[in-house]
Amino acid sequence: MWKVLVSRLKQGHRTLTYPRSEPALPAPYRGLPVLDSSRCPNGCGECAEACPTDALVPGDNGIALDLGRCLFCVDCERACPHGAIRMTQDWHLAGRTRAGLIISESKMLARAEALGRELRGLLGRSLKLREVSAAGCNACEADVNVLGTVVFDLGRFGIQFVASPRHADGLLITGPVSRNMELALRKTYEAVPAPKIVIAVGACAISGGPYVDSPQVLNGADAVVPVDLYVPGCPPHPLSILDGLLRLLGRLPDIPETAPRPTA
Amino acid sequence: MTAALSMHNGQTVALADVPVLSVAELRDHVIRAAGAGARLGAFFGNPLDASSLRLFAILVDGFSGNLLVLATDVADRYPALTPDCPQAHWFEREIAEQWGVRPLGHPWLKPIRFHRSYRAGEDAWGRPADAALLPGVTDFFQVAGEEVHEVAVGPVHAGIIEPGHFRFQCHGEEVLHLEISLGFQHRGVESGLLGGPDKRSLHFIETLAGDTSVAHAIAYSEILESLGGVTVTARAQSLRGIALELERLANHTGDLGALATDIGFLPTSSYCGRIRGDFLNTTALLCGNRFGRSLIRPGGLWFDVDGAQVSQILERLEAAEREVTNAADLLWNTSSVMARFEETGPVSVDTCRDLGLVGVAARACGLERDCRYELPSGIFRFAQIPVSTWDTGDVFARAYVRWLEIKRSAAFIRDQLGTLPAGHIHSPVPETAPSSLSVSLVEGWRGEVCHVAITDKGGRFARYKVVDPSFHNWMGLAIALRNQQIADFPLCNKSFNLSYCGHDL
Ligand code: SF4
Repeated sequence: MWKVLVSRLKQGHRTLTYPRSEPALPAPYRGLPVLDSSRCPNGCGECAEACPTDALVPGDNGIALDLGRCLFCVDCERACPHGAIRMTQDWHLAGRTRAGLIISESKMLARAEALGRELRGLLGRSLKLREVSAAGCNACEADVNVLGTVVFDLGRFGIQFVASPRHADGLLITGPVSRNMELALRKTYEAVPAPKIVIAVGACAISGGPYVDSPQVLNGADAVVPVDLYVPGCPPHPLSILDGLLRLLGRLPDIPETAPRPTA
Repeated sequence: MTAALSMHNGQTVALADVPVLSVAELRDHVIRAAGAGARLGAFFGNPLDASSLRLFAILVDGFSGNLLVLATDVADRYPALTPDCPQAHWFEREIAEQWGVRPLGHPWLKPIRFHRSYRAGEDAWGRPADAALLPGVTDFFQVAGEEVHEVAVGPVHAGIIEPGHFRFQCHGEEVLHLEISLGFQHRGVESGLLGGPDKRSLHFIETLAGDTSVAHAIAYSEILESLGGVTVTARAQSLRGIALELERLANHTGDLGALATDIGFLPTSSYCGRIRGDFLNTTALLCGNRFGRSLIRPGGLWFDVDGAQVSQILERLEAAEREVTNAADLLWNTSSVMARFEETGPVSVDTCRDLGLVGVAARACGLERDCRYELPSGIFRFAQIPVSTWDTGDVFARAYVRWLEIKRSAAFIRDQLGTLPAGHIHSPVPETAPSSLSVSLVEGWRGEVCHVAITDKGGRFARYKVVDPSFHNWMGLAIALRNQQIADFPLCNKSFNLSYCGHDL
């Protein structure tokens, strides 16, 4: 007992002050990319060529990037000889609609807005989620799991992962949804009492991610269930997931948009 | 008898040089080698034409540090190896499922992933082409008798973990038999890799078992470097080693915490959950991603470190090591913890050898199975990490081996960072050699990661075989549960902590 108490003192208090203040991520952290099509010579498209998931589409109005497919892998940034794509440290990536995740120079990311009043009234201060890994690679799962550690302490926001869909207000889904998980996902969704919400975490759950168009997967959660919140990333940083959840519940203080730091 | 082809880890050989034996000769060879202590690193099929299949066996001989490669051609059936060599059990089920070839005499021939055969019209179980294949819908081994009951768990589990189905045969609280049925995570990785390398290949590799991104990316890169005939610089090798050991540190620390969680010992559980994150964040210091994504690239790495990063990493490492020591010591010094760990879920050394277990699970049975030592590649040819073993084969041993490895990995990283060679970190990789076979083994945190590439006449992947350590070890978990309390399942499961997607591919 004594040893346990001493170690408790040694380990200290570790919970982040977020959302009261914004923690800094490691200098090379890769978040929201910014596109500068003015640098692109006509008909270049080297970035699109390099993108493993075809998230980049060169068009008349410059390049468009689907954050729902993006692996934040820097293949495009390295392939682009003109510096038209730069990664930044902006980790506020969640959106409410699939279309809102497609960005270009003239179209900013549509960041997630809060649920309607009624749902917010029901879930805003107590949200129970059932996690379903539908062929996730265990990195998204791990970074969802971390939210339960003392660092993020999800419980302080009234959000909790529960063991049964019957106890849940919604699902949090990771993975591209393999054919072999389709039925289990559908049944789990049906077992959640209405009204219910669905959160898709990670490129896989949004679009299929690295597995997009593989014959064994269904290209993400919304092939099976309606999705209320998308959190891009491969995997998304735990802060991106937390930020998305808090936005959805309307629990974030209004933080003015500032220009993000560039990735080192 | 034709001898097997001996090669070293990371070597490329001409496909034509792989000896093709008769089935009887191959059986004989594999069974004898396995009896003498070798393990099956991989055993898989590659189609020759519409009606025949070439089976390749890669034997890992830890004593000589060599790999032995041999092959045989089969049509739609062959006498199974499993009755004489239980290590082949899962491999032969995989061969049957992928190619519709039946290993005759296999004692438990069932699908492992529930997908259609790679060869249209060839189904080992004669299932019609339009029949739905539902994962987990299959016969299970059943025990009958008064008071015997069956417990089914999954695919969706109570925690935030990947899906799988577990079927327990119980007598009261005692588990007589556990059968594990996977495949829910099947994403078609091996099919996706065919025709590569291409822009998607590395991303399949980094995510096929997403908590082992670094180890798989190194194995893949070593294959491409070997096929292309390029050596990566000493600096790149050293940084790869550092990333690999950071991956081990994060996962081992997380596992110690998770073991504590499963017995309700909250101090270590909450400390290790957090310290694991500190190790992941240290990997993010290297490349921006906590799982090391995009760090390792064929030819070297994509991210270098400068002096400031080195001191930052050293600082974090020191703090995290101090704190994980404190958290782990609590485990070993608390008798209620030890009472739950000791003698729970034991695996005997003979069973371990028979099943061909690898990694932490094997070292916890006292076997010195560790690719970093037996078949070193990359930096491990120059800097050795002593093998950590314990010999009780139980949950305690699997936990304690992790703890020993945490200390040794931390020491290794410190050493490497202190003597980081100068030089560049990336060299261009030439075209992959045509008509070749290349093998690479890397000791990931769970155990041996084995990749085998076979290229066609144009140098493209005609076959890319991935064996995640979980593929070898799931059966070990099933056996560890025999005669245990069903309530100990979470604890035993955590002590193996195997990958579902790494198995399901
Ligand atoms: S999005 Fe990336 S990290 Fe998440 S499950 Fe898919 S491959 Fe893994």
